[in-house]
Amino acid sequence: MSHGLVTGVMLGRGEHHLFAREWGWYSGDMTDKTPESAMDTAIKVEGLVKRYRTQNGAAAIREIDFEIPGGSLFGLVGPDGAGKTTALRILSSVMEPSDGKAWIAGFDTHSRPEEVRKRIGYMPQNFSLYPDLSVRENLNFFADIQQVPAGDKKARIAEMLAFTRLEDFESRRAGKLSGGMKKKLALACDMIHDPQVLILDEPSTGVDPVSRRELWALLARVVQEGVTVLVSTPYMDEAERCRQVGMLYQGKLLTTGTPEEIIDALPFEIVEVKARPRKLMRQVVADCGEVHDWHPVGDRLRVLVSGNGNTSRAMDTLARQFYANRLDVVILRQARRTMEDAFVHLVKAQRAQA
Amino acid sequence: MNEYTNAVEAKGLTKRFGKFTAVDSVDFTIPRGEIFGLLGPNGAGKTTTIRMLCGLLLPDAGSATVQGFDVASQPEEVKQRIGYMSQKFSLYNDLTVLENIRFYAEIYGLPAERRATRVEELIEMAGLKDFKHEPTHTLSGAWRQRLALACAIVHNPPMLFLDEATAGVDPVSRREFWDLIYALAGEGVSVLTTTHYMDEADYCNTIGMMYQAELIALASPDEIKDELPGVLVQVDCERPVEASEILQGLPEVHNVAVHGAQVHVTLKHEWQARKIGTALTYAGFAVHSMETIQPSLEDAFISMVMQRQSRATQVPGQPQNRSIA
Repeated sequence: MSHGLVTGVMLGRGEHHLFAREWGWYSGDMTDKTPESAMDTAIKVEGLVKRYRTQNGAAAIREIDFEIPGGSLFGLVGPDGAGKTTALRILSSVMEPSDGKAWIAGFDTHSRPEEVRKRIGYMPQNFSLYPDLSVRENLNFFADIQQVPAGDKKARIAEMLAFTRLEDFESRRAGKLSGGMKKKLALACDMIHDPQVLILDEPSTGVDPVSRRELWALLARVVQEGVTVLVSTPYMDEAERCRQVGMLYQGKLLTTGTPEEIIDALPFEIVEVKARPRKLMRQVVADCGEVHDWHPVGDRLRVLVSGNGNTSRAMDTLARQFYANRLDVVILRQARRTMEDAFVHLVKAQRAQA
Repeated sequence: MNEYTNAVEAKGLTKRFGKFTAVDSVDFTIPRGEIFGLLGPNGAGKTTTIRMLCGLLLPDAGSATVQGFDVASQPEEVKQRIGYMSQKFSLYNDLTVLENIRFYAEIYGLPAERRATRVEELIEMAGLKDFKHEPTHTLSGAWRQRLALACAIVHNPPMLFLDEATAGVDPVSRREFWDLIYALAGEGVSVLTTTHYMDEADYCNTIGMMYQAELIALASPDEIKDELPGVLVQVDCERPVEASEILQGLPEVHNVAVHGAQVHVTLKHEWQARKIGTALTYAGFAVHSMETIQPSLEDAFISMVMQRQSRATQVPGQPQNRSIA
C-alpha cells in the first residue's frame, strides 16, 4: 500500500475548505476498492422476468440482470410498485420466475430450492413472528425449523440475543415488543441458522429514525462477518449506505454500481440557492442561461448546472445576477449530488426515450 | 370572514387518552401561504394534533385556531375551510377520475353552476386530462395521489392538511407533487403536512419536530441542521464497524455512527478530518473516500433525541456522545 496520505498531512494548516468535497491525501489508495469481495458471486440474476396473470399488460419484472459478490451489501432501491418484492421473492425461491434464472451461492433457485433455503435468511415485508411466544421461544422455534443442530442451538440463540441487544427482553412476548424491536427479533430469527446470504425486504419501512439507524448499524456488522446482504428500500438516502446499488423502476433496472459510480456518471452538478424575495430568485434562476433545470426544496432551489468545471462559472453568473437584481442571498453553494438526483435523472432519461 | 393573520395558531395544545398523553402542550403558528411540516416517528402525536386542528377531536387543554376559528367552539366553521388528504386517501375505485372529483364537489356542496368549471380546473391542475375517464383502480400510486389532492381541494380551502400523504411514490412524481403544493402555497393556501420520513420535511418552510407527544424543535430545515454541533464527515472505508471502534477512541471524534457501508463521524473542526483519515490508514483500514456532508434532518432529530435520553439506554450505532467543548 502506498503512503499517498503523507502529502495530505503536510498540507497547509490554514486550509479550511468549507465545502471541500475530498481530501487529497488518499489519492494513491484508490486501486483496491473492495478487497473483501474478491470472493465468489453470492447472488446472480439473468434475464429475470415475472408476469402476473392478474395484471393487464406490463410485467412486474422486465428482464433484469445483476450480480452480487460475496460479502457485499447490495441495495435494491425503488419506489412502491417497482418490482422489489417480486425480485426478492424469486431469489428466496418462494416464487417462480416467468423467464430467466436466479442463483444463490451457485444454486438455481428454481431447480435447487432446498439448497437455496439452507443458505439464505429471508425477511419478507410482513414477517411473521409468533406474538404469543416470547423472544427466546421465537428464536427457539426458528432454530428448530431451520434445523440448527441441537448442540449449537443454545449458543446460537445467545449469540443472536446479544447481537440484537435483546437479552433483557428474552422473556417478553413478541407481540409486546416495539416496532423496532420486532424487526430486530425478525432479523435474529432469519439469521439463526447462520445463513451465507441475507435477503431483507424493506426492513426500515415504518421504523422510527433511531431504530432505523440501529438496523443499518446491525447490517454493517452482519456484512463484516462475511454475510452477503441484499436489502430493498424505497428510501433513496439508504442507497448511499450500501456498497452497491441497483435502481429499480417499473420492473426495470435503471442502473447498478457503487453509489460513487452512479453519482459520478451524472452529467450535471448541483448548486443550492436561497435568496429573498423568493419569486425574484426563481425568476433569476429560470432566466440564467447556464441553468439546465431546477426544483424547489423548501425555501431553497436546487439548480442543475453542467459539470466539468463549469460549476463555479455558473455560480459566478448567478451571484452577479442576484446582485444586479438586489436580492438578499442567504445560500449560494455547490451541493452534494444525491442518489435521489441520480434516480430522477435516470427516470427522466428513460421517459424521454419512450 | 373574520380577521386573522396566521392560518394556524396552537397554544398549549394538549390531548390525553386516559392516562396517556398523546399531545403535550404544543405551541406553533403557521403564517398564511406557508408550508409547515410536522415531523416525528409513528406514535409521536402528529395525527392526534392534526385531528384536533381539523375539529375532529376536542383538546383537553390549550387552544387552537384555524383560519381564525376556534377548533373547539367553532369546529363546523373550521371544517368548511380545510382540505384533508391522508395516506389512505379515500377514493372510489369503481368510479372514474372525473366521477371521483364530481362526487367530492357534491359532498362539499359546490353550487351546481360552478361545479363543471371547478372540476375541469382541477383536472388541468393535477395533469389528469388523459385519465379523465379511466376507472380509478387502474391508476398508479402517483396518479392516485394527484387525484386525491384534487378531491381534497375541490372546495378551494385556504388550509390544507396532508397526513402522511406524500410518501411511497417515486422521486420524480414526488417532486411533481410538491410542485403542485408549492403552486397552491403561491396562491396563499397554507399547508400542514405530517411525515415520519425525515427527508420529506426538507420541502417545508418550517418544521415542528415531535417526539413522545412534545414539540422538541421548531424552525426552518436549515436552522435545525445548522444548530447541530460540529462537522459531519462521511467516511467510506473497509470494515466500517471495526473502523468505527478505532474512531471512537480518537480525541477529535465527537460521535460515530455506522450507516451500512459508511461511517458518519462528527468532528469539532473540518481540518480534523485529515487526522482521523491518517489514523485509520495507520491502523490498517484502507480509506476509499471521505467528505464533509450536510447533516440530514434525521441526523438532527436523532441528535436531539439522544440529548434528551443522554442518561438512558445507549443505542448501538450511536455509541458515544462526548461533549464537544
